[in-house]
Amino acid sequence: MSAGTVGPLRPVVRAARFAIAHVPGLVLSGSKPRREIAAGGEGVRAALRERLRSFEDAVGYPPHQVLLGTLAPEALREIPRPWHLRPVAGAGPEGPGGTMIDELGFYAWLVRADRARLVHLSEEFAATLAGHLGETRVSTMNADGLRRAVGQRGEPLYLGGGRQIGVVVPAHEEDESLAAPVLLENLAAKVTGALALRGLLGSPGGAPPAPGDESVDYLIGCGEEAVGDRYQRGGGNLAKAMGELAGVRTAGAVDVKAFCASPLHGLLLAGALVASGVWRRVVVVAGGSLAKLGMKCRGHLAAGYPVLEDVIVGMAIDVAADDGRSPVLRLDAATVHRIADGTAPHQMAQVLTAAPLRAAGLKLGDVDRYAVELHNPDITEPAGSGDVPARNYQMIAALAMQAGEIARSDMSAFAAAHGMPGFSPTQGHIASAVAYLHHAVTGLTRGSFSRVQLVAKGSLFLGRMTELADGVSILMERNAAGDSEGRRRV
Amino acid sequence: MIDFKDKLVLALGERDGIPAPALVACAESAGGRVVYAATECFV
Repeated sequence: MSAGTVGPLRPVVRAARFAIAHVPGLVLSGSKPRREIAAGGEGVRAALRERLRSFEDAVGYPPHQVLLGTLAPEALREIPRPWHLRPVAGAGPEGPGGTMIDELGFYAWLVRADRARLVHLSEEFAATLAGHLGETRVSTMNADGLRRAVGQRGEPLYLGGGRQIGVVVPAHEEDESLAAPVLLENLAAKVTGALALRGLLGSPGGAPPAPGDESVDYLIGCGEEAVGDRYQRGGGNLAKAMGELAGVRTAGAVDVKAFCASPLHGLLLAGALVASGVWRRVVVVAGGSLAKLGMKCRGHLAAGYPVLEDVIVGMAIDVAADDGRSPVLRLDAATVHRIADGTAPHQMAQVLTAAPLRAAGLKLGDVDRYAVELHNPDITEPAGSGDVPARNYQMIAALAMQAGEIARSDMSAFAAAHGMPGFSPTQGHIASAVAYLHHAVTGLTRGSFSRVQLVAKGSLFLGRMTELADGVSILMERNAAGDSEGRRRV
Repeated sequence: MIDFKDKLVLALGERDGIPAPALVACAESAGGRVVYAATECFV
């Protein structure tokens, strides 16, 4: 994609941070568990509860440590699967790539995020949470009140052990967009996005702000929720609510929507806004998806696994004008999937990987790592969905073979050298390339990488408005400060 | 090649595999009548 008018500013990615909320008590509120329980009754509920993980188990889970940045994705190759049997010794909930909170911490933030006073806690749990809440006021109910609220279409809140500790009540009697389960989903997204944003802006490990650009000008939201009301169901701009909760005061905001491709659309727009000089600093932010908790629980129960989809993940990406050291967003080597491009996997891969590289004078082998759909195979394979990143890498290797870069016999080696094992939780927009961003920034600054290509796809067809899929790719490149050719290039 | 003449076809595609439009094109070229087609995403 041509950047049009070439400006003097190169956009860079300074950092990416994740917030992982371990919420076993909310697994039963995920879309699939909710339907399984409705169809199968209390036996299913009990079976799910028996397989919920402790916070310590979730912290030690190797793929989570990859997301937190304490473990390289490639290290997973050395850990026998299933990975939940091989916790990382001495693992903690903090890492250079993000932070992980337990359900007490999550519920405290849920109360803070609830500007409409729709969250009510049991008196006992409110007392338990007092240390987490500080000055925040919380509405409480006794056991009878909680029961009545649930009977009036309130959404119960549980701890992992099964104890009900609160309720979210509907905001309107007749508005399905303001029903309690929808509000809980949106609040969960708001909390996790805001926590990622706080981590990005306040993390001691974060990039130091350059003089004069400490404040964030603009937030671009790209999560999976739909915030709105009966007259505008996907009204949007949850990013602004996240910024408010995170204590950001200087930024305007907007949401972009394209299913799981949204984060890369957001990153592309952020880069363009910085390159054009409209804003100096843009943060792409997303909250996590509560609906996807327990999405493949049937497969996990059948395999004797714990319920591995027990986390909601938020993320925040810092995009700013060139600081002379952070990886550059090569807007001239970015692309989007166009309407007439074709949606078969080989067509998508050609359009999103090979074509923009070729246009930039690069070969597929010039990219150190491809960040594709990075779904964790431990999660997908027991449900029959296969190893998604491995299939993506096979396709890219086939394109390299077709282009004459490698021999057919070298395809597996190419896939291994330029790919990585999947490690992302089932949070579609996180899995779509951006899960790798902390490692990409590290590899392109302190590591030996020259280029990383981010490749994301979005399943537009799921909304039944089109049979099209969507896709975006962006090339990140090591910052060659002082390279006059590079400085002209946006 | 499979002959789909006089066959009714349900085309269930997958985002990271073969999408439904490709399945429909194959089935129809082999003489089948596609009565349902959908692409799903399982991740």
